[in-house]
Amino acid sequence: MIRDFFLRGLGAGAVAGLLAGLFGFLVGEPSIDQAIAIEEAAAGVGHSHANELVSRGGQAFGLFLATTLYGLVVGGLFALAYAFVKGRFGPANEQALAVTLAAGGFLAVVLVPFLKYPGNPPAVGDPDTIGRRTVLYLVMLAIGLLALGAGAVIHRRFGWVAAVPAFLVIVGVAYAVLPAIQEVPAEFPAVLLWNFRVSSLGVQAVLWGVLGSVFALVSARQRVRL
Amino acid sequence: MSQMSSSPVIPVRTLLPWSAAVPVLLIVAYLVTMDSAGVLAQTGDLLHELMHDGRHLLGVPCH
Repeated sequence: MIRDFFLRGLGAGAVAGLLAGLFGFLVGEPSIDQAIAIEEAAAGVGHSHANELVSRGGQAFGLFLATTLYGLVVGGLFALAYAFVKGRFGPANEQALAVTLAAGGFLAVVLVPFLKYPGNPPAVGDPDTIGRRTVLYLVMLAIGLLALGAGAVIHRRFGWVAAVPAFLVIVGVAYAVLPAIQEVPAEFPAVLLWNFRVSSLGVQAVLWGVLGSVFALVSARQRVRL
Repeated sequence: MSQMSSSPVIPVRTLLPWSAAVPVLLIVAYLVTMDSAGVLAQTGDLLHELMHDGRHLLGVPCH
């Protein structure tokens, strides 16, 4: 049974990753190209994209590779989480559970870290602080998962009225305590930054949305066949 | 508390062997999102550069 879930998760994750890559290619790539143009105009600052190992065309292909591999990983972890929460937390209906879990995953793994430490386009971010920024990002992601878990436990006992505030308090305290990161150069175009960040959120929304939907659809079909 | 018969609980003992997949998946995630210096892959910056756009658009700290 878990094997079925796992394969279903990997399959749904691969589809989700490919579609997220397509969304990123159509919606996100223009922002990245513009940001790289800005980066190269300011030659010498940050890391240059000229004469590198992989051409820009190669990086566009790499986008699909990255989102698909990421989709496989998220799909596999999603399936194991699904096997654990099934019957323990969330809706009893399997399709509803798949969609709810995907929404919870997006909330904890994407939205919570994003609102504190959003992704940056090329030309934004000091390479010297990458280690610190990565750790803070992962801490925020872990706190998102912790808040989701706490919310699920509290929801089972006390319902939404207690679960939602508990989630928000945990995340809110973390937002207040963890340091802010402000490395956007003053001259970087605000509209470009906004477009990039919205499209990066969109890539993740497509990924988690498709993952939950496909997983739910396949579980419905497998039940019919049984 | 809606624990219905349609969703039987899978015992932790049955789930446990599958947790072995978690580190494998996390290594793949690391290669895609983090491996800035090619630490694991020993490919120098090749993987890092290839998946550059994906990493940016997935919202992970990049450089």
